Amino acid sequence: MTNTLFIDGKEVEFTNEPNILEVIRKAGMNVPTFCYRPDLTQFGACRMCVVEIEGRGIQTSCTMPPEPGLKIHLNTEKTRRIRKTVLELLLANHDRECTTCEKSGHCELQKYSEEYGIRDIKFPTKQKSEFLPLDTTNPSIVRDPNKCILCGACVRACAEFHGADHAILGFANRGSKTVVQPMAGRNFINTDCILCGQCQAVCPTGALTVVSDVDNVWKEINNPQKKVVAQIAPSIRVALGELFGLEPGENSIGKITAALRRIGFDLVFDTNFAADLTIMEEGTEFIERLKSGKNLPIFTSCCPAWIKYVEQSRPEYIKNLSTCKSPQSMMSPVLKTLLPKYFDGYTKENTVIVSIMPCTAKKFENKRQELSTKGIPDTNYVLTTKELGRMINEAGINFKNLKEEAEDSPFGDYTGAATIFGASGGVAEAAARTAYELVTGKELTDVNLKPMRGVDKSSRSKEMELDLDGTKVKVRIVSTIVEAEKALKEIDEGKADFQMLEVMACPGGCVNGGGQPYSFNDTTIKQKRAAGLYKEDAELKFRKSHENPDIKKLYAEFLENPGSHKSHELLHTHYEDRFKGSYRDLK
Amino acid sequence: MSTQSPSKVDFAKVDEIIQSCGAKKSNVIAILQKVQATFRYLPEDALTYIGTKIEGLSPATVYGIATFYNQFSLNPKGKYEIKVCDGTACHVRGSMPLLNALKAKLNLKDGKFTTDDMLFSVDIVSCLGACGLSPVIVVNGKVHPKMTTDALNTVIDVLLQKERGE
Repeated sequence: MTNTLFIDGKEVEFTNEPNILEVIRKAGMNVPTFCYRPDLTQFGACRMCVVEIEGRGIQTSCTMPPEPGLKIHLNTEKTRRIRKTVLELLLANHDRECTTCEKSGHCELQKYSEEYGIRDIKFPTKQKSEFLPLDTTNPSIVRDPNKCILCGACVRACAEFHGADHAILGFANRGSKTVVQPMAGRNFINTDCILCGQCQAVCPTGALTVVSDVDNVWKEINNPQKKVVAQIAPSIRVALGELFGLEPGENSIGKITAALRRIGFDLVFDTNFAADLTIMEEGTEFIERLKSGKNLPIFTSCCPAWIKYVEQSRPEYIKNLSTCKSPQSMMSPVLKTLLPKYFDGYTKENTVIVSIMPCTAKKFENKRQELSTKGIPDTNYVLTTKELGRMINEAGINFKNLKEEAEDSPFGDYTGAATIFGASGGVAEAAARTAYELVTGKELTDVNLKPMRGVDKSSRSKEMELDLDGTKVKVRIVSTIVEAEKALKEIDEGKADFQMLEVMACPGGCVNGGGQPYSFNDTTIKQKRAAGLYKEDAELKFRKSHENPDIKKLYAEFLENPGSHKSHELLHTHYEDRFKGSYRDLK
Repeated sequence: MSTQSPSKVDFAKVDEIIQSCGAKKSNVIAILQKVQATFRYLPEDALTYIGTKIEGLSPATVYGIATFYNQFSLNPKGKYEIKVCDGTACHVRGSMPLLNALKAKLNLKDGKFTTDDMLFSVDIVSCLGACGLSPVIVVNGKVHPKMTTDALNTVIDVLLQKERGE
């Protein structure tokens, strides 16, 4: 049913919007907010979105549901005064070293302070001597309590994605002493944090940011002794462009390749190649487990946050994880081993591999001992989408006007099955396309397995049954640990009827990863990014991993066949029981 | 990962308390109160333990609850908990000189509120609702009305003698 209300005298229609703020935005207007995030529960903490409603006085538009006939005024003297006071109070308590802040230019507090012309703060301001120490102890996320405005977005993200039972961040103390922190003010590294970075993705200020590896990568690029090689994850191509004015979902892989070459990368490859490789190995592993009936359901192993979760909180299920490395960690040893065969001047030692990832937890993954050789990570550095954006700006590259370039060969070819890895359900769909043909020997005529798709809030748990020549196989696809935990509980209770479980820790999968450009005000962005991936999938010549000619060549010339001894050496890994030292390790 | 030394908390006791109250999110305050009554404070490991045992609560959330309410203490309390009332009536009738005398008597310096031998801890509370008897102190639930410095010293001395077995 459609009703109407009035915003600043203009009649506006509304249907099932959860609050007035959404109605305002739908009508093409806006009010500022720090704490409202459409994917999270409403909180009403920051009081920036206040509006004046005739007969109702001042209300926070993010918590009030729309009603027919309401007469709402957005910018009255009163609402503006309230917002200015809120800003001044926040700024009085804030570390205002904006120029050296990681979030400078993307900070909501900075933006609104500028929009509201805050030039003078009439309250006593916090002195440097009162500042609290930063948490810089983990490879992924920096926490700077002096920049926190207590909006609670990170606390909700952690509780609603990672789970209320596992929330790492919480409020502590009371009144003016309130802080947002992990248990007892510990550093992230001393908690059960899985480093998914969703807290950081919803933070309006510089309180939670990504650890930057930009300077390390520049150093390698400027070192003439080193050959710096890039690999680009599937979901980067549909998101990076947003930082340079392209539409979300617009595939800019050609421009990204060109930009990386301008920056000084010697070779540019696509992690998609390794995604195809993952499917070959994981598909084979899945079929073997189906035959033997052992360690089912198989869990996908692409998501490093999920892996860390299983290792520390559910070590009893480590045996269910696929032993396949993630695409990032397959790509690097393949490149380091084989580049010297194809390119002059490359050795294992002088090759530096930089992966471009949508993910903060990948910065933890690459430093794993089992994914390193002689103490040096196989993937030397991990850059998030945001960090690459910064490097492109730093290099003075006009991204939008770059001419598209092709990636290097022979590890540049990829199929549509690989490119959809970036969306929740993509890994399972890709695996199903290959497994079907390998098991049945028949051609899969319609490769679009639609029930496996969808990245919005209502699609965080999906299921599809496949018919492999009489053998029924059920695949469960979940994103967020909350949904994964529900699936694990089903296995606990012996109720699980699925044989494969695909898990992505971030809601919607990598398109919405912690390292992606900020998109916290618009829930449709991750859908557009995913649509971009499925569009590329539909346009590619090959859409099944086992049809990738470069993959066929790699097996023919080097790896022999999926699951071979060589494959195991290069492409498979083992996991660590991290229960020791975790929250539940007491007594 | 943290490398913790073995915890001094008896988790069997915490388990007992959780069972007696019911392992539900809504019972967390009661659980914390009982844990505090048992251990005389809320050990960090006990908070973590409660956070991992009750559905819908994480250690960080339990810690948040424990630090929100004034009734909970994260530092070990003495065997004798002395509450000095500093409500308006007690304040104007000399609660602060009493507090200073108490600190001097117990040798509590530099913001310390518990004696090294873990016998006494001192808390300042707002109003105890006994304004007619001001100034008031409460020792382990026992109200001592119309206190003076001398009376206070006597109260402490009696307790000390009891502890020494005299």
